[in-house]
Amino acid sequence: MDKMPKWVDIAVIPLINLFLALVVSGLVVLYIGEDPFRAMSILINGAIGSTYGWGYTLYYATNFIFTGLAVAVSFQAKLFNIGGEGQAAIGGLGVALVCLAMPWPHWTLALPFAVLGGALFGAAWAAIPAFLQATRGSHIVITTIMFNFIASAVMVYLLVNVLKKPGSMAPETSRFPEGAFLPKAFDMASVLGLPFSRSAPLNVTFFVALLCCLLVYLLLWHTRLGYQIRAFGHSEPAARYAGISPVKITMVTMLISGGLAGLMGINAVMGEAQRLVTDPVQGAGFVGIAVALMGRSHPLGVLLAGLLFGMLYQGGGELEFEIPAISREMILVIQALVILFTGALDNMIRMPVERLFARARKKAA
Amino acid sequence: MDLLTIIQILDSALRLATPLLFACLAGLFSERSGIFDIGLEGKILMSAFLSASVAAFSGNVWIGLLGGVAGSVFLALLHGVASITFRGNQLISGVAINFLASGITVIIGENWFGLGGRTPQLDGPARFQDITLPFAESLGGVPVVGPIYGELISGHSILVYFGLLAVLGTWWLLFRTRFGLRLRAVGENPESVDTAGVSVIRMRYSAVLICGCLCGLAGTYLATGLAAGFVKEMSAGRGFIALAALIFSKWRPGYALMACLLFGLLEAIGNRYQNIDIGGFQVPVQFMQALPYILTVVILAGFVGKAIPPRAGGEPYVKER
Repeated sequence: MDKMPKWVDIAVIPLINLFLALVVSGLVVLYIGEDPFRAMSILINGAIGSTYGWGYTLYYATNFIFTGLAVAVSFQAKLFNIGGEGQAAIGGLGVALVCLAMPWPHWTLALPFAVLGGALFGAAWAAIPAFLQATRGSHIVITTIMFNFIASAVMVYLLVNVLKKPGSMAPETSRFPEGAFLPKAFDMASVLGLPFSRSAPLNVTFFVALLCCLLVYLLLWHTRLGYQIRAFGHSEPAARYAGISPVKITMVTMLISGGLAGLMGINAVMGEAQRLVTDPVQGAGFVGIAVALMGRSHPLGVLLAGLLFGMLYQGGGELEFEIPAISREMILVIQALVILFTGALDNMIRMPVERLFARARKKAA
Repeated sequence: MDLLTIIQILDSALRLATPLLFACLAGLFSERSGIFDIGLEGKILMSAFLSASVAAFSGNVWIGLLGGVAGSVFLALLHGVASITFRGNQLISGVAINFLASGITVIIGENWFGLGGRTPQLDGPARFQDITLPFAESLGGVPVVGPIYGELISGHSILVYFGLLAVLGTWWLLFRTRFGLRLRAVGENPESVDTAGVSVIRMRYSAVLICGCLCGLAGTYLATGLAAGFVKEMSAGRGFIALAALIFSKWRPGYALMACLLFGLLEAIGNRYQNIDIGGFQVPVQFMQALPYILTVVILAGFVGKAIPPRAGGEPYVKER
């Protein structure tokens, strides 16, 4: 019998944890002599108070959905892929190579190949840690951390020595051909006759992210492979006994995870920057960990948590603009506290709540 | 390459290895007791910030040291509460601690000093000064031995020498005392330690606290010995290189020293030469920077001697009822 109703587990506990994270962040704001409530209202207003705000919020959310799904899929198999940062960077490289490969006539042609390029490169970067975990038992957390650093060295090397735009000082590629530009929210809204901020980077990749949420859901809960992944995550000995190959599941899960992280490159590299820079990921790979934890490793949860973190990133930027004393790093603090409370200190809330329900049930019986 | 250049590179390697060494020994205590710690980076950053801030306020680097260690111990305790008391995921807790440190140091630093997250430049007694060992001057004229003693061995801050002593101390504590035996046992097989009537919780908390203190020294040396003040994100991945060194050394203190010196040397060479020419082939500087990580993956893969972590690492201990 479950210790408590399911809705408590998937909604109430994450909300309590989020609340605690916000309270502690509020105390930090209070300490530096600012009003936390005013800060909160600026943050929310900056994130969703205008089409400009929405355009950035959803753009960030798109990144976080990809990296969050990547971590969530690996969590389902009880693998902790902490390498989303590196996989997304290398995925961005794949996207850029596709975009620069030829003068694309139209974005609808370029997008599928860019998706392929991003996913393949991201998956390839996850493949070595996955293979070492599966066959040699090398701890995947450590190897993926190391691969993040190796990825950033590879990116700098390639951009400084190989891919740099000729004659330019900055380590970045030349701009992608116009046929590889993705339609932005402004273009899409104007087709429908709606007004939308022209400068917001939200683009068609958002729909790719939504599609990925659906596909990951179908994969995990409606296919044999998804069942095997979850069974493996639940109990490796049981899965092994049922004839599920640990090597195969570890490899496949990590390839999917790396591929999803790699897809982030479409949004950041193809959609926004339209060129490749040395760090196209900007920490989004790590935000994915918070998103997956908050979203309980479920695609719907990841979508909602991704939106929440999108708001946090956009609103946090506006907050720094309005109250300079609260710098952008406040976002990192909130993010850290969300990870801490939802991930590491989860039992602190869970245990008393479970006890509460046990007592209530006893009384009812 | 003449002798003086080699000595200068080695000298710089020793300096750069010192923060790695403290952090690596810190991780060694924690992981030997069964608590994975990927939050070394955050603890280094926090102690670098607090040591530099307190030293700037007080003008005394030793008080700064206390501040730095206190900051690191606070985060270590947070890790302990999450992973020992509440049996949370140790890796996730480490990730959180890293973010917390990189965010809070900038926010509080900006609030205290208003210098965009930096602390004021430290000088004089607010920094660890290089100490000249006896006879360094008088031996200066002797060829080979003179410069080696005078440049390489003498002329570091006291924390460098303390770091080298800490290696010996760690070895002694872990392998020659009852406390060390219990600590290692808690990381391999906590049930047996519990059966023997030793508190697993207390052993793990003491390991985590020692880890906090040593990380505090790493950060303090970084901000008040190696540099003259704190700058944003100044730990620059050193916590992870220390983690790499820990795996490279297979969780043994003597090898940890070797690994840290090796990684310090790589950094020193990378700082001095942008591109290295080996037999007509250009080795890019990025490869040198990535080398510690690549070596760690190779070691973890077990192709060159397998690294086997403490068996109970990462598992919260649940006492049977």
